[in-house]
Amino acid sequence: MADNQNTILQVENLHTHFFTESGVIRALRGVDFSVERGKVLGIVGESGCGKSVTAQCIMNMLPGNGRAVEGKISYYPRESIGSQTEKVDITGLPPRGKAMRAIRGNEIAMIFQEPMTSLDPVYTVGSQLMEAITLHQNVTKQQGKEIAVDALAKVNLPEPARIFDAYPHQLSGGQRQRVMIAIALSCNPTLLIADEPTTALDVTTQAQILDLMRALQEETHMSIIFITHDLGVVAEMCDDVAVMYLGKVVEQTTVDAAFHSPQHPYTRALLRSIPRLTDENQTRLDVIKGRVPDPSVVPPGCAFHPRCPEVIPGLCDVHTPEVIKLGGGQEVRCLLYDDKLMAQSPTRTALAESR
Amino acid sequence: MLAYFVRRLFYMLTTMVFVSLIGFFIINLPPGSYIDVYQAQRQNMGTSTASAELEALTRRYGLDKPVYVQYWKWITGFVQGDFGISFEYNREVKELIWQRLSFTVLIALGTLIFTWIVAIPIGIYAATHQYKIGDNAATFVGMAGLSIPDFMLALVLMVIVQNVFGFSVSGLFSREYIDAPWSLAKIGDLIKHLWVPVLVVGTSGTAGLMRIMRGNLLDILNMQYVQAARARGLSEPLVIIKHAVRNALHPLIMLLGMSLPSIISGSLVVSIVLGLPTTGPLYFAALRNQDMYLAGTFLMFLAGMLVVGNFLADILLALVDPRIRYE
Amino acid sequence: MAKQAVLIPVLDEEDPTLAAGFAKAANVSGDIGQLSVGQLMWRRFLRNRLAVGGAIVLIFMYSMILFAEFVIPYDHFVSNSDFVTRPPQLPRFIDSEGNFHLRPFVYGTETVLDTVNLIYLHKDDLTQIYPIHFFVKGKPYKLFGLIPWDVHLYGVDEPGTVFLLGTDRNGRDMFSRIVIGGRVSMTVGLVGVILTLIFGSVLGTASGYFGGIFDTVLQRGIEILMSFPTIALWAAFAAALPPDITAITRFFFISIILSLLGWTSLARQVRAKVLAYREMDFASAAKAAGASHWRIILVHMLPNALSHIIVIATLAIPGMILAETALSFLGLGIVPPAVSWGALLQDAQTVAVVLKFPWLMLPGAFVILTVLSFNFIGDGIRDAADPFAI
Repeated sequence: MADNQNTILQVENLHTHFFTESGVIRALRGVDFSVERGKVLGIVGESGCGKSVTAQCIMNMLPGNGRAVEGKISYYPRESIGSQTEKVDITGLPPRGKAMRAIRGNEIAMIFQEPMTSLDPVYTVGSQLMEAITLHQNVTKQQGKEIAVDALAKVNLPEPARIFDAYPHQLSGGQRQRVMIAIALSCNPTLLIADEPTTALDVTTQAQILDLMRALQEETHMSIIFITHDLGVVAEMCDDVAVMYLGKVVEQTTVDAAFHSPQHPYTRALLRSIPRLTDENQTRLDVIKGRVPDPSVVPPGCAFHPRCPEVIPGLCDVHTPEVIKLGGGQEVRCLLYDDKLMAQSPTRTALAESR
Repeated sequence: MLAYFVRRLFYMLTTMVFVSLIGFFIINLPPGSYIDVYQAQRQNMGTSTASAELEALTRRYGLDKPVYVQYWKWITGFVQGDFGISFEYNREVKELIWQRLSFTVLIALGTLIFTWIVAIPIGIYAATHQYKIGDNAATFVGMAGLSIPDFMLALVLMVIVQNVFGFSVSGLFSREYIDAPWSLAKIGDLIKHLWVPVLVVGTSGTAGLMRIMRGNLLDILNMQYVQAARARGLSEPLVIIKHAVRNALHPLIMLLGMSLPSIISGSLVVSIVLGLPTTGPLYFAALRNQDMYLAGTFLMFLAGMLVVGNFLADILLALVDPRIRYE
Repeated sequence: MAKQAVLIPVLDEEDPTLAAGFAKAANVSGDIGQLSVGQLMWRRFLRNRLAVGGAIVLIFMYSMILFAEFVIPYDHFVSNSDFVTRPPQLPRFIDSEGNFHLRPFVYGTETVLDTVNLIYLHKDDLTQIYPIHFFVKGKPYKLFGLIPWDVHLYGVDEPGTVFLLGTDRNGRDMFSRIVIGGRVSMTVGLVGVILTLIFGSVLGTASGYFGGIFDTVLQRGIEILMSFPTIALWAAFAAALPPDITAITRFFFISIILSLLGWTSLARQVRAKVLAYREMDFASAAKAAGASHWRIILVHMLPNALSHIIVIATLAIPGMILAETALSFLGLGIVPPAVSWGALLQDAQTVAVVLKFPWLMLPGAFVILTVLSFNFIGDGIRDAADPFAI
């Protein structure tokens, strides 16, 4: 997806490494995707594929031993709509600097996986909400409190004034996640990063939170990056989807295309592993064979090749696939679509038959 | 909060009762009855004891009565300020202890403040710079501090001060102030002497506290609410101090009460080497001479101080932690 | 960013040698997967240099006290009025005239009368040279109290003396006294810890596993014991020991007194562990399978808590050694004529003495070395047993 006016965030060739005592862990090995203004992008993948690290990179708050060693994250602020686009290079900003902190929590906000532990237990909900509001908005204490109570009401919390004075341990998990959403939205961000916001909640609460987020998104037209491992949630929430495997985005496309004409073998395998109500005959669910490899020992070539059902020996374990643009904005990292390499491949004919 | 307060208060009082039982047990621990020891002591000094006096003592402590009566007589006397007599000094115990106890408390409080002021910042630094040179150095120095017997540290420090600065730091006062009435100059002199015992007694506590603070803070820094505070755009110092340190301090407040015993223990031994007019020298001498009412009274007061200290720490914890306050 | 990318050597994925590297790495990690937990811990422990150093020091020191009679050149209790507070005789290779000696030697002693303080002062007499001989025949003794022998590790010919660490105020060899004193100081902690382990783990496990009234009573009891300043209570118990008991009995009583207060923190930590394990699936599974309480505790919980218990025990030893030192220093622990490091340090109670005879502080150096080593080892085991712990 090109540098057009509708793009709010573009991630290009992002490499992030963690420098640990026992060696370098290459968590991200070339992540590319873009988020469009007012759209919801889902990032899916198995645990350990680098979804959360990507989110930390966008917020520019990697842990001390992590560093984005290559690539670029460009953010296009809201003022730039229509006018000459003045993009911000997030990877180039010092993580603790003023410029980054002015974006963090203000223009890009984030909610986390564990609502039970994402609020500081020793401060009231109100004081944590006010922290964000008074930091980013030039308001008096009184105005700030009004905005805060308003934000609590917006996320459908009953008696927002009472919740304002409550301590986190007095609220349920669902309520806390609503509070987190209220904090995130209190400064009207243009982009919200939601890192598995419903994983830790029970199913009913999960549905409520998803409805709430969808409704708020429609109301405010913010963009959302929705990180999840649940394809059902993707189908319900997202406009676009990026599929990640071992530190790389292997496919980015629209939700429709992802579900109806997935191109990457990994996406297809993921889809086959979801149970469907419409299945007529009772067949066993497909599973992806093997396990996600340790990120410190990534297989050569295409990282997915040891588990890929469509692997071409001599090709997939040697060459690393580049991003290939297919029609309709669909992008995929798979050698099956690399015509040049496929033409050289001796097993081409054999493969053509299998396809 | 009130219910919590009352419950802790009740806790404290029952603990005191048990502490007094142990205290009474210790007083009666040495073989032979109190009167025998007293008599033997007097004979050693060449004075015989009139049987009338012995009888008076027997009556005073109920020594001819069953144990529980003895305990009752002793404890009711104790709460009214009658702690028995010291036959080593042949004086009422209450005349001997107050000044020494208050100096002990002074040193303990000074040590506590010193420990916290030094240990907390180093702990924060070590945790936020994990495995960097500063952290490793702090770990090593802390470990060494934990491994040196405090009386040796006291000796070494005194030798150094004497050699380098040429003055003696033993005692709590310079010679000219020992018997002088209280004045600003005397207080100044006291402070000039106080730092040695505080430094010596505080070293091992500082080392321990620093390790605990470092560990706690490392745990807290991994908590999601610290990440969330960062994600709100708060500056790093604010995140660390307002959210991380504040939460890491809570377990330490609980330790506040528990660190008092080791501080008192340390000051008892160090005061021997430094020749301080505190509880230590008198207490150990009383134990060696089996002057049990004196020793027992000191022990009771030291334990009582710790129980009260624990109680205060509990209240303080409730004040800073809403989860306990709203229990 | 580009600058950083250059600075950090990032391996190229297309590099063929890298693929081999990966395969190798995969093999190595496969090996690690086959190691038992114990082997993994052992490897991690060996990587901690301070801990390994501590272990080596302790092995050295414990063999020294085990073969004490062989190691020491003199009887530790024999006074020598000619050599009162003689400074350490350092072994040398180069004499005052600059000649090199292959065999280390010590100088003889020159005694002068200090007319101001009216004491004899000793110093090295540079004209007398006594070579140090190894495995010399000397006073007969019984190794381990069993095997009669008369060979000592080192010695010099008469009338020379070899007081490597000087002598005390009765002219007794400090080195011999320190080695013999180490027998008490270095074992009192071990005996105390064993007792502590028994009290602490039994009571802690019972309290955590059964809970209820027993738990409440025990926890309150611990709280009450913890409200006493430990050294004061230790001293009170030690002072109550009858004066006429033998040194060995006294040693055991002191160990018991030390563990009498030491078990509380161990019991608390074991209880916390057991409480956590009680809620875990493996305990419920064992219970559902009909295992008895004993089986669940001994087979399922204890092995899990073991590494934790070992760490607590290792870190408890230094505290006990320091406590014995302090008690003996105060004259309430090991009392002369028996020796321990604390009892030896009684000679160095005042600044005046330390300034004049600094080597009387040397037993303290041994205390520090031992305690530091135990602390490093404890820390090493903790890191090895649980990489996520503090």
